[in-house]
Amino acid sequence: MNTLKVKKSIWKTLVYMVLSIWAATTVFPFIWLIANSFKPTTEILASSFSLPKDPSFDNYLNAFGKQDLLGAYGNSLIISGSTMVLVLLFASLTAFALTRFEFRGKNLVISLIIGSLMFPVFATIIPVFKMIVGWDLVNKHLGVIIPQVAANLSFAIIVLWGFMKSLPIDIEEAAFIDGAGIGRIYMTVILPLSKPALASVSIFVFLWSYNDLFTQMIILRDRRMFPICALLNEISSKYGTDFGLMTASVVLVVIPVLILYLIMQKNIVKGLTSGAVKG
Amino acid sequence: MLYKKKNVLLILMGPTLLIMIIFMYYPFFVNIFDSMYDINGLGGAKDTFIGLANYKKLFQDEHMLTALKNTFVLMFCIVLFQVGIGLVLALMVDSIKKGQKFFKTVYFFPIVISATAIGLMVNLFYSYYGGMFNQILAVFGKDSINWKSDELALIMIILPIIWSYVGFYFVLLVTGINNISADIFESAELDGATGLKKIWYITLPLLRNVIATCVTLAITGSLKTFDLPWIIAPRGAPKGLTHFAGTYMYETTFIADNVDYGATIALVIVVLGVAVSQIANIFLKEKEM
Repeated sequence: MNTLKVKKSIWKTLVYMVLSIWAATTVFPFIWLIANSFKPTTEILASSFSLPKDPSFDNYLNAFGKQDLLGAYGNSLIISGSTMVLVLLFASLTAFALTRFEFRGKNLVISLIIGSLMFPVFATIIPVFKMIVGWDLVNKHLGVIIPQVAANLSFAIIVLWGFMKSLPIDIEEAAFIDGAGIGRIYMTVILPLSKPALASVSIFVFLWSYNDLFTQMIILRDRRMFPICALLNEISSKYGTDFGLMTASVVLVVIPVLILYLIMQKNIVKGLTSGAVKG
Repeated sequence: MLYKKKNVLLILMGPTLLIMIIFMYYPFFVNIFDSMYDINGLGGAKDTFIGLANYKKLFQDEHMLTALKNTFVLMFCIVLFQVGIGLVLALMVDSIKKGQKFFKTVYFFPIVISATAIGLMVNLFYSYYGGMFNQILAVFGKDSINWKSDELALIMIILPIIWSYVGFYFVLLVTGINNISADIFESAELDGATGLKKIWYITLPLLRNVIATCVTLAITGSLKTFDLPWIIAPRGAPKGLTHFAGTYMYETTFIADNVDYGATIALVIVVLGVAVSQIANIFLKEKEM
């Protein structure tokens, strides 16, 4: 009996050790970044593992001084915010239709949606870029928003559809008997009940749009229009050797997202699991 | 009565279908035509039909072959290590009582952070002069290493890619384990299946479909890889040795202005994605009863 207990506790310690090591790899880099962002470059190069000897905000002032970071946050907010809202609107309407309506060609619509998951952005970007040029949308927010909406729609529809299937139809029928039309039912029954799924979809769409360097690089050439990732990419090619500036810039980009994540964390995991696993 | 009127469907699905057809399906087919014409520059005219010349070129283009080889190496590593490490961590987290929530939160960190930011961070680690890795070597009295040399570059790009997405598969697999009903585990324990036996005979077989989903996502994900390699080693540095299908497609189209060839590479990426995930699913998915 005793040897079994000893064995079990050794096993348990081992499990916690492995888990903690992986946790260290995901946490330590960010602590390293934050600690070094308060040091001058020379100190980072000499000793990046110590705490800052004489902490200063110079790197941050430098980052804000050299770059229009606030403008880039603004661009990111406009682009990713609009993408998120449009995707939620169109995807929830379509998911609603797929959940509640029977119609000819339904299977075709479903295959179109699922099939488009197979197209990576590379497969469509050349013709899409030409269209964007033709409509004079290069260097405009809308030029990034449109392809990003298209790229995120099918994922959003599949997650929302999976969720709406589980909603009981009784409430809608009751509302219908009370004289509510389809529009009212969608606004007052479907949307409020789908809140958890809508929340998780919105976080994912926002993050993907915020982090999508490829589309940003191709559509936006004017640095005044750059969202955060595109600006960060430019900073790295221009000031890559200024370690102080680099650490501060990365911290500035990472922190808002991490905070958003910690606040919305429950929904993220819920959304992932209702979508991808069943999907 | 309710949901019988079909004309609202136009409002409900119209915008989605329109966007999907105009910005996904139409360009997808245009892209196929693009690959068969000679197009110089993104504004270039589509006059000269060259048929399958670009597809022949694929097999003679050394850079493309390198990019393809790298893409397959990446795909293999991502499937094996991202899903593999994710699975081990998921089984471990499931077996403990304290700290589950902490590990779940922390493992997801790298996913919410943009690959651009991770790439810059990694560059600070790899830097020859005063980078974090070489500082660690110095502590042990070793000489500095060029982490992006011809031999090391590919591995050093693949490592952070793997690291950054393990948490994604971890979350999917943990949820998959949680969805297995407790009764099954209880009766298994009564029959004497515990520890590794339980995992091997009960958990893994029941996780099969979730694992299949993870593998499919890993395969298509590896083909979409762009940001991290582009930041760590722009243009496949050194000497195009670290190009992947996506980065090579970007360079060909948007820097070298060889649009038709870029369109060809893009199509190859789609075909590979569909083909490899179909093959993987033949082996992994349970037969539908």
